[in-house]
Amino acid sequence: MSARRMRISLRGWGGVAAMAVACALTAVLALLLPLTRGAGGDGSTGVGGPGLATGVQARADNCTDPERSLKPSGDESGAAVKAIKKRGYLIVGVDQNSYHWGYRDPNKKSSELEGFDIDLAHEIAQKILGDRDLIRFRAIPTNQRIPAIQHGNVDMVVRTMTISCERLKDVAFSTAYFQTGQQVLAPKTSSITGYDKSLAGKRICTAAGSTAFDRLDADRKAGTLAAGADISTTVPNQLDCLVRLQLGEVDAVVTDSALAAGQAAQDPTVELKGTPFTKEFYGVAMKRGTDDLVRRVNQVLEDFRKDGGWQDSYDAWLKDGLGAASGPPAPKYK
Amino acid sequence: MNNPPNGSAAPPGTVGAPTMPSVPAQVRPPHAQGPEPAAPARSTAWAEGVDRVRAAATTEPGRLRIIGAVLALLVVAFGAVTAWQMSDRSAAADDVLHSSQPLSADAADIYRSLADANTAASSGFLAGGQEPAETRDRYEKDIRTAAAKLVTAAANSDPDSPSTAAISKLNKLLPQYKGLIERARANNRQGFPLGGAYLRYANETMQEQMLPAAEDLYKKENERLRSDYDSATPYPWAAIGLGVVALGGLTWAQRRNYRRTNRVLNHGLVAATAASTVVLLWLVVGHSVARAGLDESYDHGVRSLNVLHDARIASLKARGNENLTLVSRGAETVEVKGVAKDAFDVDYQNQMKTLATKLGDAAKLADDSTGKRPVQAANDNMRVWRDRHKDARGQDDAGNYQGALDKVIGSAQDKPTRECFDNVDKELQSALTHEQAEFKQAATDGRGAMTGLPVGAAVLAVLGAAGAVLGIGRRLSEYR
Repeated sequence: MSARRMRISLRGWGGVAAMAVACALTAVLALLLPLTRGAGGDGSTGVGGPGLATGVQARADNCTDPERSLKPSGDESGAAVKAIKKRGYLIVGVDQNSYHWGYRDPNKKSSELEGFDIDLAHEIAQKILGDRDLIRFRAIPTNQRIPAIQHGNVDMVVRTMTISCERLKDVAFSTAYFQTGQQVLAPKTSSITGYDKSLAGKRICTAAGSTAFDRLDADRKAGTLAAGADISTTVPNQLDCLVRLQLGEVDAVVTDSALAAGQAAQDPTVELKGTPFTKEFYGVAMKRGTDDLVRRVNQVLEDFRKDGGWQDSYDAWLKDGLGAASGPPAPKYK
Repeated sequence: MNNPPNGSAAPPGTVGAPTMPSVPAQVRPPHAQGPEPAAPARSTAWAEGVDRVRAAATTEPGRLRIIGAVLALLVVAFGAVTAWQMSDRSAAADDVLHSSQPLSADAADIYRSLADANTAASSGFLAGGQEPAETRDRYEKDIRTAAAKLVTAAANSDPDSPSTAAISKLNKLLPQYKGLIERARANNRQGFPLGGAYLRYANETMQEQMLPAAEDLYKKENERLRSDYDSATPYPWAAIGLGVVALGGLTWAQRRNYRRTNRVLNHGLVAATAASTVVLLWLVVGHSVARAGLDESYDHGVRSLNVLHDARIASLKARGNENLTLVSRGAETVEVKGVAKDAFDVDYQNQMKTLATKLGDAAKLADDSTGKRPVQAANDNMRVWRDRHKDARGQDDAGNYQGALDKVIGSAQDKPTRECFDNVDKELQSALTHEQAEFKQAATDGRGAMTGLPVGAAVLAVLGAAGAVLGIGRRLSEYR
């Protein structure tokens, strides 16, 4: 009864929120439309076209705090959560090539994946389904994370995925469960000092469809990338960059510092250069519109942070590579 | 020109030929005399020779000399052309047997070894940090085979040929590939996922660069084999034609001789005829037998071998992809009709289709039960493989990775696809051995039918020409 009432009240609040958003949009459109016309659009092809485009643009530009997510809730009566419970297991898209995040140790008898992301996925299964092993992992490449969610191949992606405004157009994110930033990885003997002029003329490797590539590409277009830096080498997985680096096919790798630390842990002759030049958060990505699931996962994350599970997992996997943690990032809600 | 054309026309000792039509030749001299005063001084050596022959043709000994010379020339030409055409064909047949077919088989071996090495490497990787000794040995053996056969192939290729380009590419990539695999192993042993990344890179090098180059080499060697067949099997029409003309000439000369002298046999001409007949029969029969043998070696040997090689390579690629589906766990995808699918599983499906087609072709080409049995067995195993693979994929899709792993590389009680692949490979190997033996038998028989033909034809032709000259000489001596 109480749950139902809450839902009704939530729905009420949702309606109010939607109206507020609509009002804000209308206001923005009203403000921007004359501007675009004045800027040169003749508008003769119809008002709807340019108006709509501007609207989307305006909303993306408005996105300043992408890691704000829906408020947590333990409610399990929503359609998405129900579907998972009915199926009896959770399908999670993960990585198996990220050392200490999601990988398979070839020297262990069992072939199970393990790492920080895998722990979190198990925790979500534990909380929603009551058994941490009611879970099926799908290893997905970096550039297939969003299609996998959109096509419903997976319920969620727990795969060092950065929350960004761009991605929020395609998927929904939980609250942040890890803070990281883009960083340069290069051989210790290299003259590269960080994300700066020392990259001039160097070949830089990134994973296709990664935040790192998007950032480098944007910087190149804006002309702020070091002169002559070659970013044409893209690979399916960030770890493939370390292969190219060891073989001398590239001079540097740009990836999340958390993953770069994993690479450095596998090769003592490379190191992280400079400091992270972005501030990013990892979130659990889910299908847009599955608000009940997003809220449920946010609740799991709340508990995970509070009961020390997060810290235990960090200490087990990441402490050696990244140093002692100052705790999980504080969740932000809408 | 000094010879008076008339006067000596009537042979003194002519016994027979009372009604010889050659008598009108006597009428000709006035003709021959016609142009004589016209060009007394300005005559070339050629014109002089022609005139001399023309003059000689008016007398019977002169005619006999010409006939003898022409017959000897015809027989010698017949022998020479036979020797030349047949030594060409014999050399081509020899190349088929001893050079181009072994090289084509070597190229197929290179192709197979490389694909097998890649499969063994991925199997070893699936098994964990310490790869099983059996897989490692298989991998090492494959690399050794490929390296050794590349040397043979290089030694038998022209420096500028496309084969050489493919060989040097493979020679360059093989150590690179091996380096990547060793790095993959070293990292794998330390428990780093970097090992898997190296393995995928090695696989990419193999699939995208080495196997296409090996396939190219294999195709080029097959083309060379085909062209050797094409030079060995056409009928030697020039030789046969000349033989018929020579025999016709000999017959005509003997008939003429009989008409003139009433003597039935001229020993020399008979000997020449006999020699030419033997050469012509030898040529036609020998070549037909050789051609039949070579054609059989192609239809039942080479074609079967090619199809079987293709099938084996398809099964190896399918196996490699099956392994890599589990190694990469979806790390690489391709779009199939707008849906992202596991790149390796898609490739596995394609290779299995090829395998099924090629096995069907091989069954059609197999011409005896010894050849059919292993192909049938391979086909049965392939069916089981497909079913078990479905189970394995089902396990993996259901999230039971260990179950899928057991279904692919597990021990016998798990009924893994490994067994099916091994059986397919073994059966194809035995089919290949059988077809290779069939090829060798038929081609050896074919080439054997041409043995000695060039030399025999030359010797017999010289003897025949000598016979013709002696036979005519015997007649000529009657005029002295």
